[in-house]
Amino acid sequence: MAVDEQLKSEMARQGIVVTSLQELYNWGRRSSVWPMNFGLACCAIEMIATTMARWDMARFGAEVFRPSPRQADLLIVSGTVTKKMAPQVVRLYNQMPEPRYVIAMGACAISGGPFKQGYNVLKGIDRYIPVDVHIPGCPPRPEALLQAFIELQKKIDAQPLTGEGRPRFLDVDAQGEFPVPEPGEHDLEPTSNKGVWTVPVVIK
Amino acid sequence: MSDMVSTPYFSLAILFFAALGFGLAPLGLAWLWGRVFAPPKPNAIKNAIYECGLESKGDAWVQFNSAYYLYAIIFLIFDVEAVFLLPFAVAFTGLGAAACLAMLVFVLMLVEGLAWAWAKGVLTWA
Repeated sequence: MAVDEQLKSEMARQGIVVTSLQELYNWGRRSSVWPMNFGLACCAIEMIATTMARWDMARFGAEVFRPSPRQADLLIVSGTVTKKMAPQVVRLYNQMPEPRYVIAMGACAISGGPFKQGYNVLKGIDRYIPVDVHIPGCPPRPEALLQAFIELQKKIDAQPLTGEGRPRFLDVDAQGEFPVPEPGEHDLEPTSNKGVWTVPVVIK
Repeated sequence: MSDMVSTPYFSLAILFFAALGFGLAPLGLAWLWGRVFAPPKPNAIKNAIYECGLESKGDAWVQFNSAYYLYAIIFLIFDVEAVFLLPFAVAFTGLGAAACLAMLVFVLMLVEGLAWAWAKGVLTWA
């Protein structure tokens, strides 16, 4: 049951805090998002800078970079995903427990970037795993990563726990496994996960 | 009952159980939380062994070469020796014959270990 916003602020002024279980739950979830200690290319340097004293990601409760996917909630795909590396990224994402989120950081991670025409670069990690926030930039500044993180927090905050639009881990029927691509003769097999990404129609 | 309470070990027993509970309660709560609230979405990839994103190959129960173990043991000989030799060297001029003899025995004991390792052929690595 949603709490009337006006009544809530009225009571807050009187020193009474009213909340719903959903708000409390989401507050807890968004305030301790643990990213995975995982970097791919130059964007990772910016990601590291974001966690250090100058930008200090700890302010948002995300300073605990975990060296194992088992303890991580957030996968920051920071950098160029080569086709050699893509299966590993997808497998790591699969090995994270629910709830899990993905930030695709930088031009390469969202689209292939300057290497888009390259034969060995994946044209965006969202071909295989669901991405929550895309950050453009080459590389994005730490402020951009912080903003992406704040956007993710807003997204987590707004997620209802029941009904339509609830997070995947509360939906029994939702897909939990994302197939890991295999290196094929010319490209990764399959070239994309149809359940996550729709192949754009090229009109010539 | 009153006999039990009056024994000096009664408070210790209470403390023991409190300490046991202090350790076990968080574990139990974590287990309960995992059973009741954690969202289980297991699948074959998630349940697989974590190996930096790669598929694990072979068995984890592999045998390590025991040469490393012997290496550690021999390192210990020199390590312990250095720790005791340094103060011995610093105080050498002020020491009596008995102290020097005791130190000699100690060093000889370590040298014996080294000689044993040497005789066993541990120092030559194939």
